[in-house]
Amino acid sequence: MITLTHYFILTGILFSIGLVGVMRRTNLLMLFFSTEILLNAINVGFVAVSKYYNDLSGQLFAFFIIAVAASEVAVGLGLLILWYKRNGSVDLNSLQMMKG
Amino acid sequence: MENYLYTALFAPLASSLFVALFAARPKMLFTGIVASLLIAISMIASFVLLIDVNTYGPLHVSMMDWISAGNLEIPFGFVVDEVSVIMMVTVTLVSTIVHIYSIGYMDHDKSFNRFFSYLSAFVFSMMILVMSDNFVGLFIGWEGVGLCSWLLIGFWYHKHSASWAANEAFIMNRIADLGMLMGLFLIYWSVGSFQYDEFFASLKTMDSTLLATIGLFLFIGAMGKSAQFPLHTWLADAMEGPTPVSALIHAATMVTAGVYLVIRCGELYTLIPDVGFAIASLGAFVALFAASMALVNNDLKRIIAYSTLSQLGYMFVAAGLGAYWIALFHLMTHAFFKSLLFLGAGNVMHAMHDELNIKKMGGLYGSMKATAILMSVASVALAGIYPFAGFFSKDKILEVAFNEGAYFLWFALFIGAGLTAFYSFRLVMLVFFGEKEYEKYGIHPHEAQPFVIYALLPLGLLAIVSGFLEHTFEGFVTRLLAQYEIHIEHGTEALLIAATLGIALSGIAFAVYMYRRGGFPKSWEERFCYKLLSNQYYIPKLYELYIMRPFSALANFAWQKIDTKVVDLTVDLIAKMVYSTGEKSRKMQSGNLSDMLRWMVVGMIGLLILAFVYRPMV
Repeated sequence: MITLTHYFILTGILFSIGLVGVMRRTNLLMLFFSTEILLNAINVGFVAVSKYYNDLSGQLFAFFIIAVAASEVAVGLGLLILWYKRNGSVDLNSLQMMKG
Repeated sequence: MENYLYTALFAPLASSLFVALFAARPKMLFTGIVASLLIAISMIASFVLLIDVNTYGPLHVSMMDWISAGNLEIPFGFVVDEVSVIMMVTVTLVSTIVHIYSIGYMDHDKSFNRFFSYLSAFVFSMMILVMSDNFVGLFIGWEGVGLCSWLLIGFWYHKHSASWAANEAFIMNRIADLGMLMGLFLIYWSVGSFQYDEFFASLKTMDSTLLATIGLFLFIGAMGKSAQFPLHTWLADAMEGPTPVSALIHAATMVTAGVYLVIRCGELYTLIPDVGFAIASLGAFVALFAASMALVNNDLKRIIAYSTLSQLGYMFVAAGLGAYWIALFHLMTHAFFKSLLFLGAGNVMHAMHDELNIKKMGGLYGSMKATAILMSVASVALAGIYPFAGFFSKDKILEVAFNEGAYFLWFALFIGAGLTAFYSFRLVMLVFFGEKEYEKYGIHPHEAQPFVIYALLPLGLLAIVSGFLEHTFEGFVTRLLAQYEIHIEHGTEALLIAATLGIALSGIAFAVYMYRRGGFPKSWEERFCYKLLSNQYYIPKLYELYIMRPFSALANFAWQKIDTKVVDLTVDLIAKMVYSTGEKSRKMQSGNLSDMLRWMVVGMIGLLILAFVYRPMV
């Protein structure tokens, strides 16, 4: 039997993978992937809780996050392509203009 | 009538503000003329008020509410009664003459405009002081004249001695003002109002110790402003200011504010005769003490300053013994002849190219006849010779002292009268007669401009005739002030007058006799008495040694040990900490997105931990 705890463990594992990706990756594209993983880890959690409580608002919120993630990626990819065209690289280390 | 009141009060303010617009510009003649005209308008309004008060009685107006907080109600109220109108007339009359005189005197000064602005501001403050119907307004005027006095003593601020003297005057007055403030607080605490009439109305119900305390505190304020011992040293040093300032502020008006305060609070002081007697004793002491210092001084202006000090002592004797109208009368006549004396001294100074040592003058009569005559008139009036003004007022004070049975005070004043006559004529003899010492210094004296002399004529006239107004004056001011009856037999009275006149005349005769023959021998200057007097009884030295030195040592200690090592150090430490934290955490901002994200994760974890620690208890 798969209980709520199993879902939470999955959420936790996915979230940690995303977090490590966000922290370690220097490729901008990979960063986007990691962000996607983070968001979807949360989505899994939302849907699981929603099912557990028999409350639809959790699933509703998951849809909302998917929509936001999609638009975020659309804008982000556009900028990424622009950056690539200009610099020929999507490495994060090439983007250090705000050094304090 | 109210319009005259406002004109008298605000014309000097208008003058000051108008002239202040040009304060930073080079000399413009019209500023002096406009200022003089506005002050003259104020004078005319004051005279109209004098006539009105004589016909219709006092005028009391409330211009507007000023402070109203909780139970405290202080209106901007002004009262023109018999006392304040006399003060107003005296102040504006002398001020007008001093303003006109200053056009000539300050002719070559590059801060001509600034001078007139300050001078008019002084007149305005003085008018507030005398016209206010409550103690707070009086205090505002009191501080206002103190400020203007500071500005004007230090008028030539580039001279170190002038700015030093200005600060000395200001600080001495602050010390006394503390006493005055304490008196005011006590009044408010016990009466609940600052209005004169309410205060006087509740006097009867008050405890006599409380009254004595209030009286003493108020008198401490008066001591500072009127330069009574031991706060007297500033007045002689204040002579660093321009001479018209000395004439107006440090002889005729501001220094008499203390006497005015005692007269104004006469109803209080009649209830506490012991305090009154203490005031009178101090006055008699100062009268003698200051006169003795004037005997040996060689500085033209300082001699007159000491004489002012001595005359203020006379006024305090009269006021302290309850003869308020006589004090006010002497205040008025003194204002006339003393400002005349000072303004004459200003002419002499100009002629001598700012030389003040009277030993270097002599024989100026030949080149400055008009000034010599005016100053002699003023000196005779000061010495108290019939029929000049000083005779009437000063003699009355001596009679009061005798009448009260205070023979010791009478004797001090009697000796003082002799000394006054001597030093006045020592000055006249050394300046205007005898050997022409100035020729050795290559100075070619010249008489002042004619309009300056004409401006002095009214003062000269008043110095001669104002004594005859005695009975009119008495009848006028005793409508408000207490009557004073002198119960001395006619024979004794005549004897007293003759004795006073005699000692004054012999003082003059002695001075004339001695200085015609070249004065005292040099060897006198080696004597202890002479040294004591010429060093002002070593009082300034004592003050320096026992008050200023320890105080500046204390201030140095507080500065170097407490301020820099404790206060500044703490503040600096905090600043350094903030600075070094910033310096260290600056590296966090590497501009690298990965680093930022890592910090974000750190922050998130931190928040999560916080949320876990402070989770709501179920």
